[in-house]
Amino acid sequence: MLREFTCLVCPRGCVLEADPEKSGDGRVKGAACPKGLLYATQELDDPRRTFSTSVRVLAGESPLVPVRLTKPIPRAAIGEALALIHAITLTAPVQAGQVLLSDILGLGSEAIAVRSVEAGERTAESL
Amino acid sequence: MKSEKKAVVVIGAGPAGLAAAVALKKLGVEDLVVLEREDAPGGILRQCIHDGFGLTRFGESLSGPEYAGRFVDEAAKLGVDFRTGASVIGLDAGRRVTVATREGLVTYEAEAVILAMGCRERTRGALAIPGSRPSGVYTAGVAQAYMNLHNRMVGRRAVILGSGDIGMIMARRLTLEGAAVEGVYEILPHASGLPRNVAQCLDDFGIPLRLSHTVVDLRGSSRLESVTVARVDENLIPIPGTGREIPCDTLILSVGLIPENELSLQAGVALHPRTRGPLVDEFFRTSVEGIFAAGNVLQVHDLVDFVSLEAENLARAVARHLAGSLPAGGGIEVRAGEGVGYVLPARVGGKEDFTLSLRARRPDRDVALRISHGERIIKTIKFRRVLPAEMLRVQVRAADLAPSAAGSESRRPEPLEVSLTC
Ligand SMILES: Cc1cc2nc3c(=O)[nH]c(=O)nc-3n(C[C@H](O)[C@H](O)[C@H](O)COP(=O)(O)OP(=O)(O)OC[C@H]3O[C@@H](n4cnc5c(N)ncnc54)[C@H](O)[C@@H]3O)c2cc1C
Ligand code: SF4
Repeated sequence: MLREFTCLVCPRGCVLEADPEKSGDGRVKGAACPKGLLYATQELDDPRRTFSTSVRVLAGESPLVPVRLTKPIPRAAIGEALALIHAITLTAPVQAGQVLLSDILGLGSEAIAVRSVEAGERTAESL
Repeated sequence: MKSEKKAVVVIGAGPAGLAAAVALKKLGVEDLVVLEREDAPGGILRQCIHDGFGLTRFGESLSGPEYAGRFVDEAAKLGVDFRTGASVIGLDAGRRVTVATREGLVTYEAEAVILAMGCRERTRGALAIPGSRPSGVYTAGVAQAYMNLHNRMVGRRAVILGSGDIGMIMARRLTLEGAAVEGVYEILPHASGLPRNVAQCLDDFGIPLRLSHTVVDLRGSSRLESVTVARVDENLIPIPGTGREIPCDTLILSVGLIPENELSLQAGVALHPRTRGPLVDEFFRTSVEGIFAAGNVLQVHDLVDFVSLEAENLARAVARHLAGSLPAGGGIEVRAGEGVGYVLPARVGGKEDFTLSLRARRPDRDVALRISHGERIIKTIKFRRVLPAEMLRVQVRAADLAPSAAGSESRRPEPLEVSLTC
């Protein structure tokens, strides 16, 4: 069965056609560059994703800090990674780029804060 | 009232205003101020915590706050003068800018004004869904702000109306935070957002995308209890008998963005009939002398990387305007032909190379983009696939424009037309 999907590596969004039964590079058609070929192979064999969420912050100007993964992890591991991140509670100050969890589930990805949260009173924004 | 003279006043410190200010400073324009009504710069990116920003510009996938942060840091390093908590409430054709600040009203008289106010979301009012008016109905951007800035969960069971990017991103966000998303209902026969969001925000989580569907009724007394969805025909009219009631406590509207144009209208800036943003030429000049526009206030962008780029091009034009070296406004009209939703700029002088931004009217495969000037086709580009969700950008060289026929000086110059056909 042919599988059709959109390459998500760059905004060009090539429509890729893959034949999971075949092996080798011949199984993917429609990629305008080698990155797309790699992407399609990865999507067929081991789809990976990043995600963003937020983590509680105590004594900060904001009650939470947004967090993202630095590297995609297997799609099937998202739930478990999410639970680990949600279990974290930080105390302000938090620095942008601060690593909150390293090598999550041994998958080589980190959870980092994407902005800073100063210690202090909550501003109107964080009501 | 205090009135201060300024070479440049930038309205809005989102990605467009930030990139324009940084670029102007680098071009040696010192006498400039950036006015932002929120308490911090960054614009809408402050609430976009997902990644995917900056792939084109920085070659890496950043979150919104990080992308904005890079420009904020650079602006700070260059000593850009920011005023936050400064809401522009008035703008006239003489470039007098009236600002409400905590210290009271302030006015600036500017040689050049840069409109960078971004866009706003269409709301339910504009959609006229019948039924009761319970709580639990949010636009996608408001839901995003609640969850990402204010730590407030909007609901436990949601239906999303419209397949705009922000709605799909919120579908994923809600799912990750433990809510159930019953589905995304789109009135058109195609998704209005990017394929990457359909794949990563919906397909990955098994959230159904129902095309040619809309919400026809809402139920609930204080809080939303259910919505009724129905299939629509080719004229987008709900088909009787296809209604289905879905229990939910939240309805999220992701039904489009429109340029923030209150100030533009106040100043008498002419608007583009399709984009609803200002009509500009290739130098980002609006119809009012000395007023320029870029970013989402001009056209709603899907990639912030292009917002920054557009604002930097605008900055170069503004610097030349201040130096008096910008050519007079051009007379070549740029028209959207078959298959094209809109094209900007609306008018060019054609003496210098320029970039056209445009969107396809509908999804299509194997089409050719043709630019014709009068009778002559001056450029053809083939696309394997076009989508209204993706803005296309095309460079046009001035040298490629057809020379005007001898003795035609008095005649109107022939228009440029852009089409997307098989
Ligand atoms: C809710 C929402 C979510 C989005 N999510 C994404 C996304 O995930 N990915 C993506 O690529 N793009 C996204 N976009 C598009 C995104 O807006 C653009 O990529 C980019 O932020 C546009 O930059 P801008 O500077 O033109 O506008 P904005 O970022 O909107 O900045 C405009 C700024 O002007 C200020 N302002 C407005 N009026 C005034 C006034 N009268 N006085 C003073 N200041 C004023 C505003 O407060 C704001 O800070 C989203 C848009 C919206 C509305
Ligand atoms: S195949 Fe290459 S060019 Fe096409 S979308 Fe993927 S990365 Fe971009």
